Amino acid sequence: MKPDALDRAIINGLQGGFPVCERPYAEAAARLGTTEAELIERLERLLEAGLLSRFGPMYHAERMGGGLTLAALHAGPEAYERVAEQVNAHPEVAHNYAREHHLDMWFVLATETPERIAEVIAAIEAETGCQVFNLPKLEEFFVGLRFEV
Amino acid sequence: MVEEPAAAESMPDAGAIDALDRAIIAATQAGLPLVPEPYRQVAEALGVEAEEVMARLRRMLESGVIRRIGAVPNHYALGYRANAMVVWDLPDARIAELGRRIGALEFVSHCYHRPRHPPEWPYNLFTMVHGRSREETEAKVGMIAAMLGEADRGHQLLYSSRILKKTGLRLGG
Repeated sequence: MKPDALDRAIINGLQGGFPVCERPYAEAAARLGTTEAELIERLERLLEAGLLSRFGPMYHAERMGGGLTLAALHAGPEAYERVAEQVNAHPEVAHNYAREHHLDMWFVLATETPERIAEVIAAIEAETGCQVFNLPKLEEFFVGLRFEV
Repeated sequence: MVEEPAAAESMPDAGAIDALDRAIIAATQAGLPLVPEPYRQVAEALGVEAEEVMARLRRMLESGVIRRIGAVPNHYALGYRANAMVVWDLPDARIAELGRRIGALEFVSHCYHRPRHPPEWPYNLFTMVHGRSREETEAKVGMIAAMLGEADRGHQLLYSSRILKKTGLRLGG
């Protein structure tokens, strides 16, 4: 789908600040110069078309008491599919991406306790035979999306 | 209907979250209901008052447990096809200053200080840089490098070639 002017205004204007009140869509719609029903319908379409991946609260995982880290390993082309399967089998692996680098597999671990991170990494190392580089966030300078469409 | 919670007085400290907060998080992880009164719908599903859900959400916004409420654009679907993880080796003493300057650029969506693992991994700053093509992304990386000058002791672009797994973050409790 090709987003029109109102779709773009919704994508650009609603990346944050959605109100917490009885009729939040009505309030946000008024700011965008449209109606509650129209805004809800547009959001449904944008989500269905995949232009928005989500609509709702964005949670800060580390502040919920769990563990979160980025980890990387080198699998190499021959072992790649086997290692990917072994890594993905862990429910704590939230995302896993192949990247063009010697470290060719990058995954995010989200665990219910911070201590569990080291256990999952040790398990992945034992199963795959690959050294895992643990790259936890030390400081956050910016996270957000400011895409203008 | 639920009685006024006596637990109101024993609300946890700002930042700490309890079982009801976790239930609200779990109920909204996939997204907010697209109905005129979304918070009421969440509240009804959990058997609490809408006011209680809204109060919890406001408190979690204030304490930073919720970063924001709104739309998450799918940058790939919006035409940003060349999304690179760009990693930098910067002097440790200047990481906060430089990290904030890079994070302020509008084409950078994430900017984090992460540990080095020398010699295999000498980089201490991670950024995500987005462009519609590799040329555009590389031009933006060039702008960052020019801004850094000598502080850029080396950087690399890592494009993702395949998504191997993508699920939401799970939440227990």
